[in-house]
Amino acid sequence: MKAGFASARQLGLVSCHDCHLLSRMPNVTAHQAACCPRCGGELHQRKPNSIMRTWALVITGMVFYIPANLLPMTITSALGSTQADTIMSGVIYFIHSGSWEIALVIFVASIFVPFLKFIIIIYLLLSVQFKSIKRPKDRTLLYRITEAVGRWSMVDIYVVTILIALVKLGVLANIEAGPAAIYFAAMVAITMLAAESFDPRLIWDIVEEKHE
Amino acid sequence: MHQIACHECDLIHNVPPMPARAAAVCVRCGAVLFRVKVDSVNRTIAWTISGLILYVVAITFPFLAMKSGSIVQETGLLSGIRQLFEQGIIPLAILVLLTCVVIPLIQMLGLLYIFIPLKLNLRVKLAIPVFRMFQHVKPWSMMEIYMLGILIAMVKLGKMATIVPGLAVVAFGLLIFVLNFAITAVDSHMVWERLGGES
Repeated sequence: MKAGFASARQLGLVSCHDCHLLSRMPNVTAHQAACCPRCGGELHQRKPNSIMRTWALVITGMVFYIPANLLPMTITSALGSTQADTIMSGVIYFIHSGSWEIALVIFVASIFVPFLKFIIIIYLLLSVQFKSIKRPKDRTLLYRITEAVGRWSMVDIYVVTILIALVKLGVLANIEAGPAAIYFAAMVAITMLAAESFDPRLIWDIVEEKHE
Repeated sequence: MHQIACHECDLIHNVPPMPARAAAVCVRCGAVLFRVKVDSVNRTIAWTISGLILYVVAITFPFLAMKSGSIVQETGLLSGIRQLFEQGIIPLAILVLLTCVVIPLIQMLGLLYIFIPLKLNLRVKLAIPVFRMFQHVKPWSMMEIYMLGILIAMVKLGKMATIVPGLAVVAFGLLIFVLNFAITAVDSHMVWERLGGES
């Protein structure tokens, strides 16, 4: 595999986001959009407003992360007594009942991964905004992992929906969804969108500019 | 020989003809540019059709039954979603409906809509937007995550009551692999070349 030592942007070319066809970037004025000659998708040299959009989404995600963790995720009532569980108290319950593997899965998917995602996306945003040229390959890898792993955080929502559908034994036992469930689901979806809106090619643009 | 740009770092590569099953990797950032698939059209159709059959079983049959004394409570994917709607938890009901029922179905029907005409050398309307949509919905199809949720729920409820896994659990388990095989059999490079060449 041979590589030309230039990026598409430097040669005035553009790669289609959808079909990856390389074509010459046409000159477009305001209110015009360039379209891919093969698939007709809109062409952008870089994802539009990537930095601002990603910041907005990551901050929204962080705001939702707080009620998602502080409010109860499930409300269990059994024989007259009710108990509200947050994500963390659910994890602690699993540790006490001896299934530490499950506790680990829920802790990693619901608490640790979203938190790490915020840190990584903010780090990537700042590294681009402060024009860092350090370890671009590692930062791209970090981005790739962040984008792939985020959807697994949804697992706790599915557990909750299965529990509320299944545990319907009237006065004996009953599980309802707590207010945190909606914040949590929104947080996962928003951070997925945040990762999607970041453009890793911005990392490499800076490296190229410093070499020119 | 043709040129492509890396989708993660924008570096231009000259791509020589490649052997089957090879993967092209970006020399600068290490991203996988594309893989050359073997017999993509046939395999995609075969895996997708088996996926659809398993899908019907997985969403309609109950995946878990809980026994507590004389009471037996069953739940399946569709009946669970209906119960969520009845209890008024509409945002969660819609979320599960979209990510575990609607989007996987759209994915599979979309694949058949693209690949059966490719197999028969026919041209169909809207093939390009359908394939574009297939690529965009991929991260939002979450059946494998739901499967993990079923397993966790089984462990959690196993402490309180007797849990009987239903037929749908098996279908679910198989579907996840089959759907994954169907999606990895898709040679998007080839599909775009053929769809683009026709128009």
